[in-house]
Amino acid sequence: MADHAGVAGGDEVDLDRRKFLTRATIATGAVGAAFATVPFIESWSPSERARAAGAPVTFDLSKLDPGQMAIPVWRRQPIYVVRRTPDMVARIAGHDADLKDPESLHSDQPPYARNTLRSRTAEFLVLVGICTHLGCLPKQRFAAGELYPSWPGGFFCPCHGSRFDLAGRVFDGSPASINLRVPPYSYPQEHLLVVGADEKGAA
Amino acid sequence: MTVKTATGAAAPMPKAGSSGKKGFWPWLNKRLPVDKFLADQVTEYYAPKNFNVWYFFGSLALVVLVLQLVTGIFLTMFYKPGEATAFDSVQFIMREVDWGWLIRYLHSTGASFFFIVVYLHMFRAFLYGSYKAPRELLWLIGMLVYLALMAEAFMGYVLPWGNMSFWGAQVIVNLFGTIPGIGPDLVLWIRGDYGIADSTLNRFFSLHVAAVPLALLGLVALHLVALHEVGSNNPDGIEIKEKVGADGKPLDGIPFHPYYTVKDFVGIAVFLVLLAVVVFFVPNFGGLFLEAPNYEPANPLSTPEHIAPVWYFTPYYAILRAVPDQRLGALLMAIAVAAFLFVPWLDRSPVKSMRYRGWMSRGALAVFVVSFIALGYLGLQPAEGLYVMLARVFAALYFAFFFLMPIYTKLDPVKPVPERVVYHAH
Repeated sequence: MADHAGVAGGDEVDLDRRKFLTRATIATGAVGAAFATVPFIESWSPSERARAAGAPVTFDLSKLDPGQMAIPVWRRQPIYVVRRTPDMVARIAGHDADLKDPESLHSDQPPYARNTLRSRTAEFLVLVGICTHLGCLPKQRFAAGELYPSWPGGFFCPCHGSRFDLAGRVFDGSPASINLRVPPYSYPQEHLLVVGADEKGAA
Repeated sequence: MTVKTATGAAAPMPKAGSSGKKGFWPWLNKRLPVDKFLADQVTEYYAPKNFNVWYFFGSLALVVLVLQLVTGIFLTMFYKPGEATAFDSVQFIMREVDWGWLIRYLHSTGASFFFIVVYLHMFRAFLYGSYKAPRELLWLIGMLVYLALMAEAFMGYVLPWGNMSFWGAQVIVNLFGTIPGIGPDLVLWIRGDYGIADSTLNRFFSLHVAAVPLALLGLVALHLVALHEVGSNNPDGIEIKEKVGADGKPLDGIPFHPYYTVKDFVGIAVFLVLLAVVVFFVPNFGGLFLEAPNYEPANPLSTPEHIAPVWYFTPYYAILRAVPDQRLGALLMAIAVAAFLFVPWLDRSPVKSMRYRGWMSRGALAVFVVSFIALGYLGLQPAEGLYVMLARVFAALYFAFFFLMPIYTKLDPVKPVPERVVYHAH
């Protein structure tokens, strides 16, 4: 064994030095341990396969009659594609006072859907068909007066009673706080809807 | 007993210890403190002599834990996690594995019985102030057990991959999406896909069969260590350690074994009879223990008409739905669960047991119990009209119980607490 006495300056233990070394060791070890958690945490992110399956999907709009709704699936989410009749479009106006976010200021949509009709064109409405409350599927209640006499038509979530109009805007008194989401979408050709990609590229 | 040496001659066994005692038991105890452990924790562990029926539920919770572990291990032998296989493998267990139906019904009924037992165990703590000093940490560890149990039950309910499994997972996982800022990314991370998917099911399976049970076992062990350090409370809320005899033993204490082991076996027998009645005659319990939509495979494009969690979560679910704002609703739901953690410090009463508390504490506890049960009922009903209004009223009472506790427990007219526990020999 080497003689420690000469090194540490007599028999006294340099407590400051020991404290510093202890803390430095703990800090270095903690940083290493924190980095070691990264692979485990990141393993929970969507896999390459899940991401590939989440690529944009196309939908042929000519299959849809006025007043009908189709539900293609994009990223495991039902996408509500509604071909609104002029009457349905007319029923979107007139109840702004009953809505939580009529101008879609606090809601989640691409800039081209931040308008009263929440769509690129008046005719086609494209929404993520998942209630913004807790993720149930709102049901279509398009007919005026279907839920109650003043009901202008829209969507009704059976789980917790959230109500949305024909632009996917949420009514007051619903547990949902924001309007139904609008996915990124575009029309590269006439009658062709692409969900998941717009001018900014694929989502 | 002898062993042979290399030459074949008999050699004496090595001595067990310096005490000179021979045999397996002294040998073992020299190396593993079995006798010492049993004496400290069982045969010479003194529990108050005045335990009543409310003191069955701790040991019963251990019994259900073992039941769930054993039936769970066997279910894992036949269950196949995965979107394509999960639902079919549960039907396989129910129809084709010999006695598979029994093992599965024991597990599914055991889950509900676990919560019945744990809720009664928690009520006991409220009744006799068992969370008060020096048992705050015991209560906190118990609450962590409860939280782990909720996670375990939720993920277990997802595994059969029925339609209620799917939509229950959807609703609960989306609760995390209400957290400001990180919410949407957190939800994506939890699911591992853009919706509840194969990846979600597989990670829940891993957590349900490995991670959470390990955490539960560790927490239960800590709960017992903490309990045996401070000793049990009792219906009088009197510390028996403060009155010891000449031999140093508590005057109002009796050894856990044989007195309470025998008592607990009676409780276990009654419990098993009730469990058997449900398992053999009403395993679905009218849709409360197993819900009808879960007999259909998961369908991401079809929400069940009416989503409700299993009964043990419905009080919190009713609070969630009573609020017309998702973020606030989720927050209140979280507070409703977390409020239990603060009870040892919210309760300012100078006495522990309800026996010596006044009408305010008693009334508040009664209001709380009624509110909890009412919310549990309302959480099973559709969220509309009168049901929502009632849920708001009972949610307000629920929170009042916790947050007004520092006030009413201080104003409460308490009675004098006797020196020794009240006990009438039978």
